[in-house]
Amino acid sequence: MAAATAGARPRFQPKRRLGRRKATNAVAIGLMGLCVLLALLPLVSLLAYVIERGARALSLTALVHAPAPSVDGGGGFGQAIVGSVILLAIAALVGIPWGVLTAVYLSEYARGRLGRVVRFFSDVLTGIPTLVTGLVVYGLLVVALGSFSALAGGVALGLIMLPIVARGSEEMLNLVPDSLREAGLALGMPKWKVTLRIVVPTAAKGIVTANLLAIARASGETAPLIVTVLGSNFFTTKLLGTPIAALPLYIFQNATQPDPVKIRLAWAATLVLISFVLVLSLLARLIGRGSRVTE
Amino acid sequence: MAEQQPPARAGRGQPLAVTIRLPAERKRTVPEEVTSERERALAPRAPAAPQRRSLRSLAGPGGAWGDRTFRWLVTGMAVALLGLVAVLFYELSANARPLIARDGLSFVWRNVWDVPRDIFGARALLVGTLVSSLIAVVLAVPVALGISLFLTEVAPRWLRQPISSLVELLAAVPSVAFGFWGLLVLVPIMARTVNPFLIKVLGWTGLFEAPQFGVSLVTAGVVLAVMILPIVAAISREVFTVVPSDQREAAFALGATKWESIRMAVLPYSRAGIVGAVVLGLGRAMGETMAVVFVIGNSPQITSNLLAPGASITAQIANTFAEVSTTGHQLNALLYLALLLFFVTLVVNVAARLLVWRTSAVAGGVR
Repeated sequence: MAAATAGARPRFQPKRRLGRRKATNAVAIGLMGLCVLLALLPLVSLLAYVIERGARALSLTALVHAPAPSVDGGGGFGQAIVGSVILLAIAALVGIPWGVLTAVYLSEYARGRLGRVVRFFSDVLTGIPTLVTGLVVYGLLVVALGSFSALAGGVALGLIMLPIVARGSEEMLNLVPDSLREAGLALGMPKWKVTLRIVVPTAAKGIVTANLLAIARASGETAPLIVTVLGSNFFTTKLLGTPIAALPLYIFQNATQPDPVKIRLAWAATLVLISFVLVLSLLARLIGRGSRVTE
Repeated sequence: MAEQQPPARAGRGQPLAVTIRLPAERKRTVPEEVTSERERALAPRAPAAPQRRSLRSLAGPGGAWGDRTFRWLVTGMAVALLGLVAVLFYELSANARPLIARDGLSFVWRNVWDVPRDIFGARALLVGTLVSSLIAVVLAVPVALGISLFLTEVAPRWLRQPISSLVELLAAVPSVAFGFWGLLVLVPIMARTVNPFLIKVLGWTGLFEAPQFGVSLVTAGVVLAVMILPIVAAISREVFTVVPSDQREAAFALGATKWESIRMAVLPYSRAGIVGAVVLGLGRAMGETMAVVFVIGNSPQITSNLLAPGASITAQIANTFAEVSTTGHQLNALLYLALLLFFVTLVVNVAARLLVWRTSAVAGGVR
């Protein structure tokens, strides 16, 4: 509006006004650029600290051994890496099939109200605190089965992955051109076969991307693990009946202790965790980029 | 293209055989028929249904059965996702019930957390959650809007991808890493530099007072701000992208500068969506645990001093859960807290999503 009314006003002095308007414009754009730099500041600082401190503390011992007393060097967090892998495997088993099938429903079958409601609540679910999800699983699996367990933690992470997988995969399925579906149907294929043989394979790369991003997200989750797996100092592969370790949980428990050895190891664990998350995200992006090219 | 014609025709109730027998006569009408058919198939899904049903007879034995099974399977999964929301609510209230039965709603506003005497109240924690989240929103929203405006309106094309990747990178960093960094890097900076400055400049408001130790509601707010920045930026960027370009062009045609076009066209058009993005960020901040538990100080008290240690719902649960007492109502109290948090974040998220959806729906209609 500013420009239009300024032009209509009689004491409009084009030159001075224009100069001022241009200056305002430059200042506004400068501030926007500043915002970008401001956002990168914590990112750079965090990555620099994690890499610098983490690399100094990282060693083969740290990667493969279980924790030891600090006087003996503190040991390592191998048990936490094993635990995290187990938890993520269970999470993937829970979250991926459920999420992808929900996505298939949303993109291939959903019409009218039910589809909208499911889509809406799966968006809402992504905003529910993960700690809350963890506490629900605590009630469902930890209390009911009598102990903290890998199963409980894995299910909690799986439920956290679910809406991310569902919405991400749906987006990818929606990119499949309708002509492919029509071609399949025209050949006389039943719809389920068209969906499984044509639509899902066409969107496969995108779906893999969505799933990898969801796993990356789940692998950094700490809060739900506090209330479902508790953490442990020992190697274990048991899925039920015993607490299990996890990498983010190890970081949390070590970082809050006034013990330089433990803090050093926590930095190393943070470096491992962040590298894992970033590599997974990068991998997801690369696969996703491939799919865009083929389309 | 022409191959699509027969089944589509058949779908509208004509015998399949007729269409196949008369290809020559149809040929003339094919181009426009095809486009209209394609448009109909692409735009609303509903008219496509009868067409598919008629094809089922061609599917051979098992087609109908397979279709029905598969449809039930995927629908069941989708409905189960809705069921999950109900389960979340039911499970939390069931586990908090002993305390709900004893204290009712007075738990929400009572200002006490006394494990030995078995008396609990959420007030200090609720206030801590709200205050730290509001600080986060106040700090993060201007920066996030600046970034997304920069990316959609100002930045040259080659710069957009790298910057948005970096912002996404910020979103990928696990929250425990933010908490750890906050405790060992940010807290000393706050204690030595930022807080004394705040006390000197804003001390007259009564909100920033010594003594301060670095861990505080403000520090928690700063870490939360960094964490919600990517989501607010991503959603508001989405909202800005759907502003029709003729709105901007109209502004430019009136002689507007870049900034004026943003103020005249982009911002007014996306107001509801921006509010949605902000509310969504607020919801994220309230539910975030790890970033807060490291730096908030974990002392459940209510003071007007924002530089004093505080506590939040999530931090309280994460901190006390491991050594929760097996007698009394402490565990119920933590689950009651979780129920409150669930309820608040549910309301906030529903409101935010409705706002964001309204914007994109309007934009979609205009485009």
